[in-house]
Amino acid sequence: MERTEEGLTKAIGLIRGLRDEFWQRVKVPGTGEQLNQNLEKAGRVADFFELAELMCIDALHRRESCGGHFRAESQTADGEALRHDDQFSYVAAWEYATDGGKPTLHKEQLEFEYVHPSTRSYK
Amino acid sequence: MDIQVRVWRQPSSEDSGRMVTYDVKDISPDASFLEMLDVLNEKLILDGDDPSAFDHDCREGICGMCSMVIDGVAHGPERATTTCQLHMRHFKDGDVIDVEPWRAAAFPVIKDLVVDRTAFDKIIQAGGYITAPTGAAPEAHATPVPKKDADLACEAATCIGCGACVAACPNGSAMLFTAAKVAHLGLMPQGQPERDTRVIDMLQAQDDAGFGGCTNAGECTTVCPKGIPLTLIGRLNSDYRKALRKK
Repeated sequence: MERTEEGLTKAIGLIRGLRDEFWQRVKVPGTGEQLNQNLEKAGRVADFFELAELMCIDALHRRESCGGHFRAESQTADGEALRHDDQFSYVAAWEYATDGGKPTLHKEQLEFEYVHPSTRSYK
Repeated sequence: MDIQVRVWRQPSSEDSGRMVTYDVKDISPDASFLEMLDVLNEKLILDGDDPSAFDHDCREGICGMCSMVIDGVAHGPERATTTCQLHMRHFKDGDVIDVEPWRAAAFPVIKDLVVDRTAFDKIIQAGGYITAPTGAAPEAHATPVPKKDADLACEAATCIGCGACVAACPNGSAMLFTAAKVAHLGLMPQGQPERDTRVIDMLQAQDDAGFGGCTNAGECTTVCPKGIPLTLIGRLNSDYRKALRKK
């Protein structure tokens, strides 16, 4: 799974465009009086737009390669994944922002007391 | 293939319903029955109509959500098949197909083809569980289970709780469902502590929920997508009598 800053920025723009189009053009048949499966589906699509955008924002923010997530800008001279533990050794939790504001990043620092992170080599 | 479907449309449980005829054109014979309804619903949405509501989830025959009576048979004409696994190649070009919801007093229609199956949950809540702390998966040799019992328990456990048995029963009875749950737990060593209370409580919950009594009509096992055998009802009755004697 390879990603770049350019690709993620483009994806965020595309998702926002689709999301705006969705909210302008969405048509939900049925009424609010009865069971409305179409409303359930529309709500799910709306959720997916938010989630998709946030996943890209988070990926863009994390300027390192880690595990199976390969950020093209962050690699060693011979093309291996390059982590930046000094900057990104945390679990990210994003707080939802209402009214289209920017989500807030909350960090839970990863602290390793006994087994310390190292670089695995398959060579 | 081009077909006509006559679909039960009912806005809510308070409203009365009726069959409405729709043309469905250019359906692939490889489409599942639910995919055919998806195509119909797409057309209804584009035409500005209200699409028909129906329950569905996994679409691979294991979740028990899809629930419709097709040409008078719960889950349609193919034996041991859920509606989602029924394909249009089993119908002919030009066919007129009736699609109705489960019909039973204990399963009120919520909308169109969607019924409320909470009554099944009530039966499960009454005893469809074990309370013995089992922890992690035990070492298989620690609790030997005869092969014959394990096979029958696994067969009973294939019940997906769709409710076709109730829809097919002339009495609207849930006996095959309850029998499957009682057998699946009662055949296992872990299910023994509550074996007696389970069968009494689950049958009571079944009666309380408004299901009819069993008269061994056998329609249930005929339409059951998992082929739960009718003999399990005999097993339930045997368990029930033993439990009452001990009470």
